[in-house]
Amino acid sequence: MDGLFEFLIFLVLLVVGYFSGNYFERQHYKSIRERERKTRYFPVATFGATMPLPDAQEAELVVGSVVISIDYFKMISAALRGLVGGRIKVYESLLDRGRREALLRMKEDAIAWGATEILNVRLETAAIGGRSGSNSGPGTIEVIAYGTAVR
Amino acid sequence: MILTTLEGVPGKTIVEHYGLVQGSTIRAKHIGKDILASLKNLVGGELKAYTELLQESRQEAVERMVAQAQELEANAVVNIRFATSSVAQGAAELFAYGTAVKVE
Repeated sequence: MDGLFEFLIFLVLLVVGYFSGNYFERQHYKSIRERERKTRYFPVATFGATMPLPDAQEAELVVGSVVISIDYFKMISAALRGLVGGRIKVYESLLDRGRREALLRMKEDAIAWGATEILNVRLETAAIGGRSGSNSGPGTIEVIAYGTAVR
Repeated sequence: MILTTLEGVPGKTIVEHYGLVQGSTIRAKHIGKDILASLKNLVGGELKAYTELLQESRQEAVERMVAQAQELEANAVVNIRFATSSVAQGAAELFAYGTAVKVE
């Protein structure tokens, strides 16, 4: 009886995770695409460290960061995928969302500051462990995007 | 204090180098009491409480780096980098480092 109850909870979590996870992911991608369209004109470069300094009056460190988590269904499906190997698509979309969100936040910060461009952008990603007590891999990642805004 | 990820400060020239300055913070990854975050962990998406925590600890790391630079009487830190590392189970370090310089 106990086992059945636990299994039911597991199933409910799986279903809730599947629907809500997909819903949040779609919403997030929609917002990412929209904001990327809005900020497309704004130049962001990964070079600039060893080049001659740009002609600007002011420079400031700009940072965007996000902590984003995978849903329960995807975590289980990634764990299953881990058994047979191959591409883990659910993690790809998690990392993609995290990086794009962090970059967008950095850009929006710089635009608010009145920057003309951002130079020497770097990305830093760290995995935060999954649910405590489980070994199902990183369920949560943090991404930091940072660079130098000039105006 | 001017902070950049470039080799120098645009519109200014470096007159003196003071060497490496750094700042770091270590925070626990699992905040058991944060029920909202663990609920969010089921449905996926951004964990806003953790994002704020990350922002705070990043600011703290930068402040420590800046304090070190001020002690050296620098007025800018150039070529700043951030790094993260897990020092122990359940704890992550956020580390900021750069070169303290004087610009004119």
